Amino acid sequence: MPELSYREAVRDALSHAMRGDDRVFLMGEDIAEMGGSMGVTSGMVAEFGPERIRNTPISEIAIVGAGIGAAIQGMLPVVEIMYEDFLTISMEQLVNQAAKHRTMSGGQMSVPLTVRTQGGAGWSPGAQHAQQLESWFVHVPGLKVVFASTPEDVRGLLWSSIYDPNPVIFFEHRTLYPIKGQVTEELVPIPLGKARVHREGADVTVVATGRLVHEALKAAEQAEQEGISVEVVDPRTLSPLDAETLIASVRKTTRCVTAHEAVVQGGFGAELAAVIQHGAFDYLDAPIERVGARFAPLAFAPVMEDFCVPHAADVLDAILRTLART
Amino acid sequence: MAPVTQVEGKALAADDDVPVVSTARLRELFAEMLLIRRFEEKVEERFRAGDLPGFLHVAIGQEAVACGVCEALGPDDVISSTHRAHAHTIAKGTSVDAVMAEMYGKSEGCSHGYGGSMHLYDVARGNMGANAVVGGGLPQIAGAALAFKLRGESRVGVAFFGDGATNTGAFHESMNLAQLWKLPVLFVLENNGWAESTPAAQQLPLAVEDMAQRAAAYGMTAMEVDGQDLEAVIAATRTAREHAVSGAGPVFMNVRTYRFTGHFVGDPQVYRDKSEVRTLRETQDPIELLRVRLELGDAEFERLDAAAVAAVEASVELAKAGTDPSPEDALKWVYAPGVIEHGTASRDA
Repeated sequence: MPELSYREAVRDALSHAMRGDDRVFLMGEDIAEMGGSMGVTSGMVAEFGPERIRNTPISEIAIVGAGIGAAIQGMLPVVEIMYEDFLTISMEQLVNQAAKHRTMSGGQMSVPLTVRTQGGAGWSPGAQHAQQLESWFVHVPGLKVVFASTPEDVRGLLWSSIYDPNPVIFFEHRTLYPIKGQVTEELVPIPLGKARVHREGADVTVVATGRLVHEALKAAEQAEQEGISVEVVDPRTLSPLDAETLIASVRKTTRCVTAHEAVVQGGFGAELAAVIQHGAFDYLDAPIERVGARFAPLAFAPVMEDFCVPHAADVLDAILRTLART
Repeated sequence: MAPVTQVEGKALAADDDVPVVSTARLRELFAEMLLIRRFEEKVEERFRAGDLPGFLHVAIGQEAVACGVCEALGPDDVISSTHRAHAHTIAKGTSVDAVMAEMYGKSEGCSHGYGGSMHLYDVARGNMGANAVVGGGLPQIAGAALAFKLRGESRVGVAFFGDGATNTGAFHESMNLAQLWKLPVLFVLENNGWAESTPAAQQLPLAVEDMAQRAAAYGMTAMEVDGQDLEAVIAATRTAREHAVSGAGPVFMNVRTYRFTGHFVGDPQVYRDKSEVRTLRETQDPIELLRVRLELGDAEFERLDAAAVAAVEASVELAKAGTDPSPEDALKWVYAPGVIEHGTASRDA
């Protein structure tokens, strides 16, 4: 099986979609010659030309709004918002427009728009280039929300997002771009709304997203050395959520930890905890533990950043708390 | 202050030697404007009577803009409208029956009861939706025009908006993008001098007659249009449309018009003098101006008016007898089902 980096896997999905389909085109800041601020679209303008790999002005309202309009008129736009912090600027178009057209029109139109974005801490960008805002979008009916954590997943999920007839906010994590992983020779679409069990276990389920999937896997290995068997599940699609897989896992293990890089308060872990406790209430042997960033705008100095965002050790601590071993 | 780079259309619109449309067509459009006027008056009446849920914004005084612009468009051209959407929607071809049914929240409504007055849609007739967020439709029209341009189609996207919208970021980003990419967009500013209750002098650094300078800032072609003169609006829009589909880029139309009513139905209009409205109605009524132009006598006018009133009355009766959605229908359209197939591009979306 070939190996791709997470970055290459995103590019592979985009290129495959564009090669056989004139409806697919990309818009975003610095995505053409520069290949995007993360190098994801590097080289694509040479293959597809500037009409389909469109550099835009710094205009997040217009980037998303134009994507919506083109999608309504039969295109399959993939727009890039350079940092998810900048989604705040396009919020009106995403929340009031993209999410609502289908219902407000009584089913007359759909908006098959994909909004790719990335974020995350771990490189001292400060408070305006590192947020994890995925939970905001989970709150909006009409949007789908995807957060992929591996090369194989990011490729298959991005493909499915492009070909989903609804607006999809597609989150990538900055620190995952260089990680490598095996992928199938042929691109295999991964349906939205299906969780992935990364590791089976018997004692505790960790439901993790994005970078924290990898931290959870590290924590699971450490826990194993202490005789604790940890199951790690990545929902991959945050909305719609594969509640069935998560509940089944917790019914089996009877304990649960949620883990994401976003702040704990109002984070996606709160939704996970509510859904899981409702579906597995009689099976739970401990309160559900939540792992996430501390509730503060992210400070710049590496020691402060490191203190605020969660790591494998925080996941391990939470695992131990569910077992009353701390 | 930079001057307006180009102002076209004024001379063309004022040229009385070349008829813009035939007299027969002009009479049809007169009837349409009258129909819209009677529709707006009826929904005001029904709203005040407590028949209609939600709230309403009527376009009494602005009928010639909606009818004139839409007359100059092709059937495949698309529009996005504003919170003041009834006239645009009817002018783009949606029946008064469908719009009235929407006011009543019925399944027969043009948005099947999901939208209401501020969210009128009719995708089959090129209405991409009325928008209750000021400026919200503008970038989407730019995107629609981008789709047309990428596919090589001779279509335009038309964004209706008011002078208040020209202060939003969405307006400036859309103007910039459309001009940068030479998108076939008509930016139709319905310049009535009011942003809700706030007069132009308190929300615009430019005089209302100088609003084309906003286009000049982007190097965009701009036109000055008398929005109370139906023929002027038609002629200007045709010129603008030709410019846009030729690949020369978008056009900004500063259409001067007047809102004879409050911002919303029930607005006491404490912010303006009653004599101002009275004077406007006496001197700037687009329907009266066209009636004079067409030399319609009282009998002829009465006949056309009776037809408009009857059509609106019939639409009310139909709407009242229409189908109420079932409560759980509220959940029906949140997500589109299924998956789009790769590579099955249809160029006639």
